Amino acid sequence: MAKNIKQLSHSPDRLTAGHRLCPGCAEPMIVRQVLMAAGDRPVIAANATGCLEVSSTIFPYTAWNIPWIHLAFENAGATISGVEAMYQQWRKQGKIDPVQRYALVAFGGDGGTYDIGLQSLSGMAERWHDCVYVCLNNEAYMNTGVQRSSATLYGANTTTSPAGRVIPGKSVHRKDLTMVMAAHDIPYVAQVAPASPPHWRHLVNAAEKAFDYEGPAFLNVLSPCPLGWICDASKTPELAKLAADTCLWPMYEVDHGEWKLLYRPKEKLPIEVYLEPQGRFRHLFRGEKAEEIRRRIQEWVDYKWEQLLRLCGDA
Amino acid sequence: MGKLRPMEGNEAIAEAMRQINPDVVAAYPITPSTEAVQIFARFVADGQVDTNYVAVESEHSAMSACIAASLAGGRVMNVTASQGLALMWEMLYIAASLRSTVVLSVANRALSGNINIHCDHSDAMGARDAGWLQLYGENVQEAYDNAIQAVVIAEREDVRLPVMNCYDGFLVSHSYELLEVEEDEAVREFVGPYKPVRPLLDVQNPYTIGPLDLYDFYHEHKRSQWEAYRPAKQAVIEVGKAFGERFGRSYGLLEPYFLDDAELVIVALGSTAGIVKDIVEQRREGGERVGLLKIRSFRPFPAEEIADALGSARALAVMDRAAGFGSGFGTLYPEVAAALYAGGKQVPVVDYIYGLGGRMVLPEEIHQVYNELAPVAASGHPEQLTRWLGVRE
Repeated sequence: MAKNIKQLSHSPDRLTAGHRLCPGCAEPMIVRQVLMAAGDRPVIAANATGCLEVSSTIFPYTAWNIPWIHLAFENAGATISGVEAMYQQWRKQGKIDPVQRYALVAFGGDGGTYDIGLQSLSGMAERWHDCVYVCLNNEAYMNTGVQRSSATLYGANTTTSPAGRVIPGKSVHRKDLTMVMAAHDIPYVAQVAPASPPHWRHLVNAAEKAFDYEGPAFLNVLSPCPLGWICDASKTPELAKLAADTCLWPMYEVDHGEWKLLYRPKEKLPIEVYLEPQGRFRHLFRGEKAEEIRRRIQEWVDYKWEQLLRLCGDA
Repeated sequence: MGKLRPMEGNEAIAEAMRQINPDVVAAYPITPSTEAVQIFARFVADGQVDTNYVAVESEHSAMSACIAASLAGGRVMNVTASQGLALMWEMLYIAASLRSTVVLSVANRALSGNINIHCDHSDAMGARDAGWLQLYGENVQEAYDNAIQAVVIAEREDVRLPVMNCYDGFLVSHSYELLEVEEDEAVREFVGPYKPVRPLLDVQNPYTIGPLDLYDFYHEHKRSQWEAYRPAKQAVIEVGKAFGERFGRSYGLLEPYFLDDAELVIVALGSTAGIVKDIVEQRREGGERVGLLKIRSFRPFPAEEIADALGSARALAVMDRAAGFGSGFGTLYPEVAAALYAGGKQVPVVDYIYGLGGRMVLPEEIHQVYNELAPVAASGHPEQLTRWLGVRE
């Protein structure tokens, strides 16, 4: 079961230093913690095209100390399905010790998961492959220069939902992919963030459960992005924590159908404390429409939070 | 000796797959190849194979899962057609570039739009530069034989490339034929056990598959891939010969039919070759020096061999079952013409675009082609380079 931080620190280095992700990027932090949670199992990773893939494997270098495969953008779910299918065959054929369970994990960004890879992910879940899919959700297509995705917040300024004179940023709310995946009735789904202590525990605990259970699991992990969110590189854990404290990114799990809040802030903070430090929301603090847009975001956050509390039986 | 059994093309493909017993089949049904997948799913359900059958949610995922399973360390097969192959298009290049050894049987069918379920070659021709080997079978027997040989060719250590086993939709996929089905043991012995090369599942030797590859290395990697098609050509020849020695039916890159002294020659792929053979025999009885060059291996393309095989030809007709929109030709014509040019052969070549979307090819139309070739041979200059056969205008 759950390991303490000292035990975790002795885990094998599966993603090493030397990758070229941006300073302050949450992705390597998340990936390393998820891979630590796999414990002593052999790990194989599949990766959708995206920041993590391009920054960690620039030929002839690689930052991965584990078998790693990337095929394309929209198919990390299908790719890990294929690996898992052959893994089951090797077990059956005695090429892998049946006692030794591999940890098979797929990483995709929100573009590769919420949008172009949604079908492939859904298929992976429905077919019950024994693997974990981790969405590194930085709320836009950061790898190609900050274009909006269906994970992007209402009102956010991106290069394809620019805050213009007439249209003030993204005009629709984001899709709730965690609930979409929970509706697949798979063993484990969690929405977490790599926040500072004590919140980091939620990510590692969720990943440990995801690897422990047989069958598919899905982790939606908020991944603050200094480049696209336009914030200081030192603010990553702080913004992840504020996302949880404003209930804009509630941390919860659906464990075999049981909905459970992982974190309930003592005081639910107004969304402004989360929006204000980020350049992508700068336009929401000036001009006549700004207040109205902030109000709409707050209403939507309240609505989603109440909905979640009801599902968790905490209302 | 094999047993003679009546079978449809799709049934024969499924039968070959049962005998080969691949590790993984990740498939999505599509007309006219669906039956092959259905029959194979039944083999899985009845425990007649050990295959892990992954019923994916699209052809894109089918090819993705096939590539991943192949690179993970096993023998992988699949069947598709038309829009399914088109949806795989992105992944086809990746399958070849990463040197997976997937064998994909393709029941050739027209591409939309408009939607049409019948035979032409536009699906496989659309994938001709993706890096796959492509074998075209004339009938059910060849579709079956090619499926078995494809596995051996793909997995040869000096090849390691995916192979498409093309057989004409409906014309072969749904036609019954008295087929020589080989013994299970003989087929299994011929294909041998799968020998993985750097499998992803070997966790003791981790490596990175499919990295970011920029201008400092990509060019060289493409060059090394380019080199693989030379041994691939040799593999098609050698495996075809070995198959003949084992089972009595030999195969090569090409099949010449009454070509030695032929002056008027038709070049064709797939089931049309069967009709042409009948017409060649009829006209030979009348003393005409006509012949057929059937291309079995479209990829690798046997350019030198084609130029050599057409030594005595005075006029050629290339039968194209796919239109190369905007090129002015079908898709086979430019390759044959380039092969002749490079081989120093000065022969007039006419292109016939025919049979699109399953339009029936009548014996009279093949006669018409030979009739039209005669004046071309006499004058040395075709009046019209590209012609449409059997079209209402």
